[in-house]
Amino acid sequence: MTDIKERGYARPEVLVSTDWVAQHLSDPNVRIIESNEDPLLYPARHLAGAVEVDWTKDLNDQLRRDYLGKSGFETLMSRIGCTRDTTVVFYGDKNNWWACYAFWVFHLFGHTAAKVMDGGSLKWEKEGRPMTKEVPKYPASKYVAPERDDQRIRAYREQVLSHVKGKLPLVDVRSPEEYAGTRLHMPDYPNEGALRGGHIPGAASIPWGRAINPEDHTFKTAEELRAIYEKEKGLKKDDDVVVYCRIGERSSHTWFVLTYLLGYPKVRNYDGSWTEWGNLVGVPIEK
Amino acid sequence: MAAIPDKLARLLGMFSGIEDRSERIQLLIDIADRFKRVLVPERIAVRPYPKDKLVPGCESQAYVWAEELPDKTLKFYFAVENPQGISAMATSVLFDETLSGAPSEQILNVPKDAIYTIFGNELSMGKSMGLMGILAMVQNYARQQIARTANRETEAP
Repeated sequence: MTDIKERGYARPEVLVSTDWVAQHLSDPNVRIIESNEDPLLYPARHLAGAVEVDWTKDLNDQLRRDYLGKSGFETLMSRIGCTRDTTVVFYGDKNNWWACYAFWVFHLFGHTAAKVMDGGSLKWEKEGRPMTKEVPKYPASKYVAPERDDQRIRAYREQVLSHVKGKLPLVDVRSPEEYAGTRLHMPDYPNEGALRGGHIPGAASIPWGRAINPEDHTFKTAEELRAIYEKEKGLKKDDDVVVYCRIGERSSHTWFVLTYLLGYPKVRNYDGSWTEWGNLVGVPIEK
Repeated sequence: MAAIPDKLARLLGMFSGIEDRSERIQLLIDIADRFKRVLVPERIAVRPYPKDKLVPGCESQAYVWAEELPDKTLKFYFAVENPQGISAMATSVLFDETLSGAPSEQILNVPKDAIYTIFGNELSMGKSMGLMGILAMVQNYARQQIARTANRETEAP
């Protein structure tokens, strides 16, 4: 894969290579953060010095369906020894799907000194780079967060309804089967289920994984991404775009691609996504 | 509930009693460390593994084989090609240790939610699909074995 700076991204500084991370593992101004779908991965092996941010217990409110609030984020950042000036670098499994989710949640609190390691943990592992089971301990920091900003990069259902009425672009990043409504959720597993299948009217189907090179798990070049999102699906850079999936994690990956790699100025992630929309009474659905 | 293999019933009972998430995770990692014991031997398959042994929908690229033993039970073998497929490796080990050598009829009675009893309810949809796919593949072999036995009995003079 070509060097990140040569791929034509709008904001190439948010993406760093495995080489870059290897050189910054001990950088006191950098905190490497692993975020995975699979909770077994970090305890089994991770980058030396990396801390874990777990999407279920660290990023979500444990009672309401919502993200953690200001005090919860401050506690999290203090625990992993970050200050407002710390550059956080996310990586993880599944082509950085969950890493991008954590990146997005951190941006809700204005922590924009953030990067993603291109290729994620699988690229690092396949390159034969060292990993460890040792869990690092950092001195607790003093971190003062702003209130969570849910306006700029997050969309709620009423806003999505207005979006639909205004015929503005929506991107459904789920699998084609989920988009078509032929797959609702796992049998016997209601946690991520929905009563109705299909997609939000007008949404384009662009599965999130299309942004990734399958051979090395890195992001495709800007030209390749534009071929998918713009030439094939008709998005335009100045569009007001809402992305969604099932619970907002896969769509945060596409939010990252559109916002940082292609430079779209107004992309919001509808984290209620299909588990909300597919259960709402009376909202329009297409199949 | 229909009978499931004794070893699996004991295992599920043990996992259902685990309330501490870290304890469950560490136990599963320790189990996955035994994966080499259940890896498919070369006398049965070598890379590239045949597509019909690949578990559909499993992102860890898990493969399952079954060998019929003289007592008409099955011995299961596995491969997991994604080095990050630790959950798939743990599942493979657990299924070998509890389902290999068990009556095929009992294997068919194993409920899908055994995966949640083992891994907890926080499994994502994608991971659930893959791990349940391993169970479905094992049960498919059991189903085939039952059919073969029935055919042999029908054909016997």
